[in-house]
Amino acid sequence: MSSPRNWREMPQRYRLEAAKCKVCGKIFFPPRLICSACQAREFEKIKLSREGKLITYTVIRVGPSQFVDQVPYAIGIVELKEGVKVLTQITDCELDKLSTGIKVKLEFRKIQEDGAAGIICYGYKCVPA
Amino acid sequence: MREVAIIGAGMAKWGELWEKSLRDIFVESALLAIDDAGVDKIDSMYIGCMSSGLFVGQEHLASLLTDYLGLGPVPATRVESACASGGAAVRAGFIEVASGISDIVLVGGIEKMLDVSGDGATFALATAADQEYEVFNGVTFPGLYAMMAVAHMEKYGTTRKQLAHVAVKNHHNGSMNPLSQFPQKITIEDVISSVMVADPLRILDCSPITDGAAALILCPVELAKKICKKPVIKIIGSGHSTDTIALHSREILCELGSTQRAAEKAYKMANKKPEDIQLAEVHDCFTIAEICVIEALGFVEKGKGGKATEDGLTALGGKIPVNTSGGLKSKGHPVGATGVAQVVEIAKQLRGEAGKRQVQNARVGLTQNMGGSGGSSLVHIMEVL
Ligand SMILES: [Zn+2]
Repeated sequence: MSSPRNWREMPQRYRLEAAKCKVCGKIFFPPRLICSACQAREFEKIKLSREGKLITYTVIRVGPSQFVDQVPYAIGIVELKEGVKVLTQITDCELDKLSTGIKVKLEFRKIQEDGAAGIICYGYKCVPA
Repeated sequence: MREVAIIGAGMAKWGELWEKSLRDIFVESALLAIDDAGVDKIDSMYIGCMSSGLFVGQEHLASLLTDYLGLGPVPATRVESACASGGAAVRAGFIEVASGISDIVLVGGIEKMLDVSGDGATFALATAADQEYEVFNGVTFPGLYAMMAVAHMEKYGTTRKQLAHVAVKNHHNGSMNPLSQFPQKITIEDVISSVMVADPLRILDCSPITDGAAALILCPVELAKKICKKPVIKIIGSGHSTDTIALHSREILCELGSTQRAAEKAYKMANKKPEDIQLAEVHDCFTIAEICVIEALGFVEKGKGGKATEDGLTALGGKIPVNTSGGLKSKGHPVGATGVAQVVEIAKQLRGEAGKRQVQNARVGLTQNMGGSGGSSLVHIMEVL
């Protein structure tokens, strides 16, 4: 992970900053420059709630190199209260007891690191609520 | 717009081609297409390739391959749309001939994926997903399709066994394709007892990593009627659409909107309906993908893809045979080559050259090629004149 990229993505990863279209109200995470629903270009910055429910999930048994130490781990798509969906790891859970529809909350966690001397990247993971 | 024909189709054996370089793998298949068409020159070339940069450290591919093809310094362009790069190259070639800019266009697809380690290949393939909001969190492509599978199973009651039927069918078809990477026949039991990759998908639900290429020669139908010694295949429909790159941004997680929209465009251009299609090559990168794709193409109602596969609708001898070549699953999936190879199979079938896996009296065939988790799709419809 390059350090400019890590720095640039902090508002989303650390604070869940999203953009709400001032015309139609659609919420985008991450923020974007033009609304894909109504093409308006004015947004209000909002913070997403950390509460939602699990829509779908899987357990990764064969992981990419930065995540090999973590396998097996669960990944899911969570729909937050605002209707925005995010992809996130599901942690502090029993893998064989997961099911869709369960309530979850997003917590601030370490996601990955570039070896012993590299950047440590933080972000959100969800845990059963 | 001029009418466009396919007059040459070439593909050499796919697999782990350690002894062959990327350039030789391409030229081998390109020469097969050129010889098949009986032409001695081309006016231009399009190459579908997802990531020669990450797989072999080579960009500027179009120049390299034109140089080694040895037919002169023709204009050449590489086309990239992840695993749909091949389909996008077919469309680019189609448009160039239809527009009148060139008469004889070579459309190639290539990927050499096995020079890097498994980790390297996983990394390169993952660049087709959203790096910042999917890959960052540790998801893989099997993981994304697994989440589509869970959504499909919950919404429609699709079963684990129905997923396995896709793999069993495609390996059965691939066993009759001498160019297949994995021509072994497999059973339902083999699939559901193979190693878990991302629940509920197991290793035999996944397409393999492959070295391979495929090529086509396109020209105007009028010219084809004069120079082509084999049945002339006409491209009667071409559709292309995109979707959100991130799976989680979609309204419905188990529907492929890009495929549905690309198909609607292709059907409209071809003046055909799903019922008119007699065989199809579709993007079965994972077993669940084929089920979602046959629904998006309108071959079956939404939610019925698993049941239809189990009932043999898409098997050889069924109502619409799907992936007679073995599909990505058995034939292999050198990502940039796949969309071109699908058209090669349909051309061979429509000419009656498909050997033991021949679909009798086939006149209209379709290809569907898809990038990422469905962020891009291309659909082509071909008819024999
Ligand atoms: Zn808006």
